[in-house]
Amino acid sequence: MNYRMVTANTLKEGAVVFMTASGGWSQNVNDGKTVTAEEADTLLESAAASVADCSIVAPYLIEVEVAGGKVRPVRLREQIRAKGPTIQFRTSA
Amino acid sequence: MPLIKDGAVAEDSWTTVGEDDPIPGGKAVIVGLTRWKDSADDLSGHNGPLGVRLKSDEPPELIAKDLGRFDLIALEFPNFNDGRAFSYARLLRERYRFTGEIRAVGDVLQDQLFFMRRCGFDSLELKEGRNVDTAIDALGDFTVAYQPASDEKDAPVKVRDWASN
Amino acid sequence: MMYQYDEIDKTLVKERVDQYRDQVARRMRGELSEEEFRPLRLRNGLYMQLHAYMLRVAIPYGLLSSTQLRKLALIAREYDRGYGHFTTRQNIQYNWPNLEDTPDILDHLAEVEMNAIQTSGNVNRNVTSDPYAGVARDEIEDPRPYCEIVRQFLTLHPEFSFLPRKFKVAVTAAETDRAAINVHDIGLRIVKNDAGEVGFKVLVGGGLGRTPFIGKVIRDFLPKEELLRYLQAILRVYNMEGRRDNLFKARIKILVHELGTERFTEKIEAEYEASKSDTRLLMDGIEEDRIRAFFTPPTYESLSDDAPDVDAEAAGNPAFADWLNRNVVAHKQPGYAIVNISLKPMGEAPGDATAEQMDAVADLADQYSLGHLRVTHRQNLVLADVRKQDLVALWKALVALDFATPNIERITDIISCPGLDYCNLATARSIPVAQRISQRFADMKRQYDIGEIRINISGCINACGHHHVGHIGILGLEKNGEESYQITLGGSSDVDADIGKRIGPAFASEDVVDAVETLVNTYLDIRQDGERFLDTYRRVGQDPFKERLYAAY
Ligand code: SF4
Repeated sequence: MNYRMVTANTLKEGAVVFMTASGGWSQNVNDGKTVTAEEADTLLESAAASVADCSIVAPYLIEVEVAGGKVRPVRLREQIRAKGPTIQFRTSA
Repeated sequence: MPLIKDGAVAEDSWTTVGEDDPIPGGKAVIVGLTRWKDSADDLSGHNGPLGVRLKSDEPPELIAKDLGRFDLIALEFPNFNDGRAFSYARLLRERYRFTGEIRAVGDVLQDQLFFMRRCGFDSLELKEGRNVDTAIDALGDFTVAYQPASDEKDAPVKVRDWASN
Repeated sequence: MMYQYDEIDKTLVKERVDQYRDQVARRMRGELSEEEFRPLRLRNGLYMQLHAYMLRVAIPYGLLSSTQLRKLALIAREYDRGYGHFTTRQNIQYNWPNLEDTPDILDHLAEVEMNAIQTSGNVNRNVTSDPYAGVARDEIEDPRPYCEIVRQFLTLHPEFSFLPRKFKVAVTAAETDRAAINVHDIGLRIVKNDAGEVGFKVLVGGGLGRTPFIGKVIRDFLPKEELLRYLQAILRVYNMEGRRDNLFKARIKILVHELGTERFTEKIEAEYEASKSDTRLLMDGIEEDRIRAFFTPPTYESLSDDAPDVDAEAAGNPAFADWLNRNVVAHKQPGYAIVNISLKPMGEAPGDATAEQMDAVADLADQYSLGHLRVTHRQNLVLADVRKQDLVALWKALVALDFATPNIERITDIISCPGLDYCNLATARSIPVAQRISQRFADMKRQYDIGEIRINISGCINACGHHHVGHIGILGLEKNGEESYQITLGGSSDVDADIGKRIGPAFASEDVVDAVETLVNTYLDIRQDGERFLDTYRRVGQDPFKERLYAAY
């Protein structure tokens, strides 16, 4: 069964974050709170407080799979958001 | 709704009347384009100042022949992204030589006010809830510009001269 | 050599940064919602991308001083993750800035007369031009004074700051079109009329994206001094009549298409005639001269065009000879050369450069190219004024930076947009595809055998990677949750501009490089003497390519 999770970007840094069980935000997708499809809208509504206090921007729901205790977003786009670019970028020496 | 005119909050002496509302005699009234087109004759008997309100898809060309009848033209911004009225205002000022009041109405952002004034608007109706003080400040966001526009006479800005004369 | 800000420019940029700083503060305090802030930050080039904010900084017509490049390096180092990405529109993008830092970044830019004004939003964007402007042998005159004039005229324009959609102008004065003027909203080509006067040929309505069009000529000759009045007429008609009901139909190309070129042209000419009584935009001297003076050619040394040292090195050093053949171009001044710096080393992300590389290139520009450089439409850099006698030393320095890959206009000189690794709108990745193609064709001998070919890759239909005008174009799509790649053939953005045609069904990610190889091998088999890939394709059409390509699957 696939679950739902709420993701957003932080206002300050623009960093990708996932909503945790305590209503906070983590950059690690494995910290994100997973809920069933039925509970998804309620979870998304609870993100409104973090929008109102200017900590995050544009929250939305993503679909995730959980296997072996690891969370993996279903769509490639969300996998890349969770993990960062798939390419090596040139780093400063 | 708060009205800004000449860089300050102003009383609004104009009444906008709907399609079928009676025209209050002696008052300053603004009518829509359709009403003007349908009942120009009736309105010609109106004994107070007359204004017309153009939607963003109603260019001033449509009233070019009647301009002498109007003391005010209100140009509508249905949303702040719809920039047609910037051109309409300039055409009214620079091509049709309209000297009455040009008013911006609708969804207007404070970050647009400087441009509006340069295009020949002289009054701006802010949406309810917008901050009037910061809006007035925003009129002075810039003191320079690269383009001549419609605000030559009382240009509050230093403008790049492209022509030599 | 380069335009320098006067009081008006300086004040305007400063006031713009102040305005933006206030907008950011209002946002951080919650006085502006994201919906309200978004259009404001976009006007200063700040996007929210997949992982973070992205800041796009304008490099007007691709021209940079070494001082400016060092500043770009500093920003990469101090406010980003140590690198930047040069784009097809001669801009640079930073992928990881913090919102709070962006006003400070803009202050830094202002110090070196740069800005991020209008690098996004429904306004005129960075004016682009020929990276060889001013030094090309095939040019009528330097187009950059006009680029600068257009830049200024359309910056914070009171009437044209809320256009139906974004707007892009490109200017060239050369026979070879290195600025892709055919696929811009307005393309200006500097031409001479029969009387020998210089003016502009005006193209309107080119563009890529969902509905690609080649620009239509609406004026064969516009006297120079009329440029601003004519631009005003085009923008005014577009502002009033461009479609605002449908985002996908809002570009000027759709207006031109729906009205027809003739009717569109009549409207422009009518508006232009009507505005002629207003002489304020008639460019008849002073300002134009002031701007032109900044672009007076430098005082070149009088040198012989022969460079025996270079010839000797080339004779004994094949790697240098390859680079000389591929990356070095004739300069109009004897004894000088134009040097392309390839930002496409094998397997790297096209157009990326680290802060260290930027600093090093800035030093090379100072040492070898009168302190200036250019960014090209194909995401490379150019040192435009190199003495031939310095070529060997410069080459060695570039090799050390991994910037001497001799692949300009060859199959690994790939244009690629950021795609799904960075971009919020992407449907598939593009950089990894570019990297895999680059690795597959890494053998330089093979690249030279294949000859001139342009591969352009976009990560979605918005076509920032200009796939429609690649000889081979690759468009990344998402099909049933998987990346897939559609191939178009026969596109070009040069004087022989054309929109590529889709060859057939899309390819899975793991097959797309094989598909490219099949296309290239087909060409190698059937080409006639001297034909480039594009020539062969135009001669034989799709079928031979299609047969080979789909027979295998
Ligand atoms: S083409 Fe699409 S994926 Fe690529 S940069 Fe443009 S919008 Fe993003």
